[in-house]
Amino acid sequence: MLSVNSQKSQKWALIAIALFYLALVLVIPALVVVVEAFRDGIGGFLAALQSRNFQKATELTLIATAITIPLNTLFGLCAAWVIARNRFPGRALLISIIDVPFSISPVVAGLMLVLLYGERIGWLGPLFASMGIKVIFALPGIVLATIFVTLPFVAREVIPVLEDLGPEPEEAARTLGANDWQTFYRVILPNIRWGLIYGVLLTNARALGEFGAVAVVSGSILGRTSTLPIFVEQSYQNYQSVAAFSAALVLAGFGVLMLIGKAILENYYLKKLPSH
Amino acid sequence: MGIVVENISKRFGHFQALDQVDLVVPDGKLVALLGPSGSGKSTLLRAIAGLESPDQGKIWINGQEMTHLNVQERQIGFVFQHYALFKHLTVRQNIAFGLEIRKVKGAEVRRRVNELLDLIQLQGLGDRYPAQLSGGQRQRVALARALAVQPQVLLLDEPFGALDAQVRKDLRRWLRDLHHQVNLTSVFVTHDQEEAMEVADEIVIMNEGRIEQVGTPQAVYDNPATPFVMKFVGEVNILPSGLHRTHAQMGSSVFIRPHAIKIQSQPTATSLAATITHVVYRGWGVHVELMLSDRIPLTAQLDRQEWEFLGVDTGETVQVELQEAIAFADGQQQSGNPPLLFR
Repeated sequence: MLSVNSQKSQKWALIAIALFYLALVLVIPALVVVVEAFRDGIGGFLAALQSRNFQKATELTLIATAITIPLNTLFGLCAAWVIARNRFPGRALLISIIDVPFSISPVVAGLMLVLLYGERIGWLGPLFASMGIKVIFALPGIVLATIFVTLPFVAREVIPVLEDLGPEPEEAARTLGANDWQTFYRVILPNIRWGLIYGVLLTNARALGEFGAVAVVSGSILGRTSTLPIFVEQSYQNYQSVAAFSAALVLAGFGVLMLIGKAILENYYLKKLPSH
Repeated sequence: MGIVVENISKRFGHFQALDQVDLVVPDGKLVALLGPSGSGKSTLLRAIAGLESPDQGKIWINGQEMTHLNVQERQIGFVFQHYALFKHLTVRQNIAFGLEIRKVKGAEVRRRVNELLDLIQLQGLGDRYPAQLSGGQRQRVALARALAVQPQVLLLDEPFGALDAQVRKDLRRWLRDLHHQVNLTSVFVTHDQEEAMEVADEIVIMNEGRIEQVGTPQAVYDNPATPFVMKFVGEVNILPSGLHRTHAQMGSSVFIRPHAIKIQSQPTATSLAATITHVVYRGWGVHVELMLSDRIPLTAQLDRQEWEFLGVDTGETVQVELQEAIAFADGQQQSGNPPLLFR
């Protein structure tokens, strides 16, 4: 038996270790970003935000993210429903295929897209080029790479929730006269919302921050095809550390906004459903 | 009118869940589909509801053919074993669900929901969530939700299966009374024969995807159509036909209900010797487990007074008189006194 005192000191020791670890890997690096961004004062930070290359990079990142989230949410929901509600040959294979982006290095994923859509060398590239569509070293390639690396998130989060829910509430809704859309909107969606929100958050975070795959397909042309994470790296390589850390701070800001959005949603639902 | 099922078959892979089933559920009746698991009773119910599409056959509800209609177009009420309540909605919202789908006006929805809350005796609990209710309360909410849309028929899949014994008993009595009030054609699935006996006007006994017998509770107990029904409904002793000389064909068996066995101390011309192996007291009755001389087990049921009057106990040898035995030959039932069968 441990004495109450030694139990107490053990407790404090554990808390101290956790806090130290957190400070080392999370708090201090985040602080560095803020400090470095404001090294030349507010003026330096604002000047960095007004650079054309920074604004172009932000625009590209936001566009790629805005296209990726709805597409992967839709795909993720469909895939999750098909997998959770049906037993068919090849089901296990489908689950593994959805996970492929997790197991392939993003750089390899980017290279794959170049080999497929490259203007001269790619399998499909010449076809698109003949239609006047430039995929690689352009926005379509960036979007494709972002979609690829974030594909599994929504499906992965929603499948277990749907399986846990079971088919009966859906069947009950249909016996009560609900059509497919009403069943989805009134019964499935409210029950899977946490998994779905979490999947979308992860998709968003990864889409904003993706470096490797996008760097390969975009060609990283400053001011034209560089996205925010690439801009950060390029600025730093060019000894423009204020610009690099200012962009990093903006990137982190988007992430924080998303978390605030999630908290607001949570609060809204908690008020609506006091018992949950 | 009512429900008509014609020549329905359904296969899941290699498993024949329903095999050319025909059934008529008369208008306003409460009918039980009774059978062991895998007998096809749930599949039949789900096929009537439209939750399962049969490989062949036709289904009519109140004279209208439903075979190719979607679930949502069939106007049925369905109650699931595990309630399937919408856990993100309150009791009121659950009951109102079907009415809102049908775009019924707000005031009318409130009136109907209040009416149904009265009917299921949960007036004060309308604003609770399903998680805050007991199993029996949840199942009553599920029933109210199904009744709210004024369905043409009510279908219940093992509605009491997930409840404790006592709640189950109360609820099935309540369902029977409710059925008398609303008089809606209803079909419920159960594997519990006591439940079927107590609640249903008619029992449909199923086995291996086929219907073995349809009849009132009394009819299926007193006049079982097949050996399966005899074994499945009520307790029964199964004796080989070779026991003594018998008119029943070789290979077939003779069935005797436990209450048709009389225990006595003195031998008669038709009695057999048996040893008492175990005695089980079941409230007003006594179950006596016996062993016949040729190591054939036998269970007899006596009432308490009869047993005490006999004054015998485990290990003692007594005489048993087999009354009212039933034998099946070529699928035909022959019943009679054992002297006829065992001579």
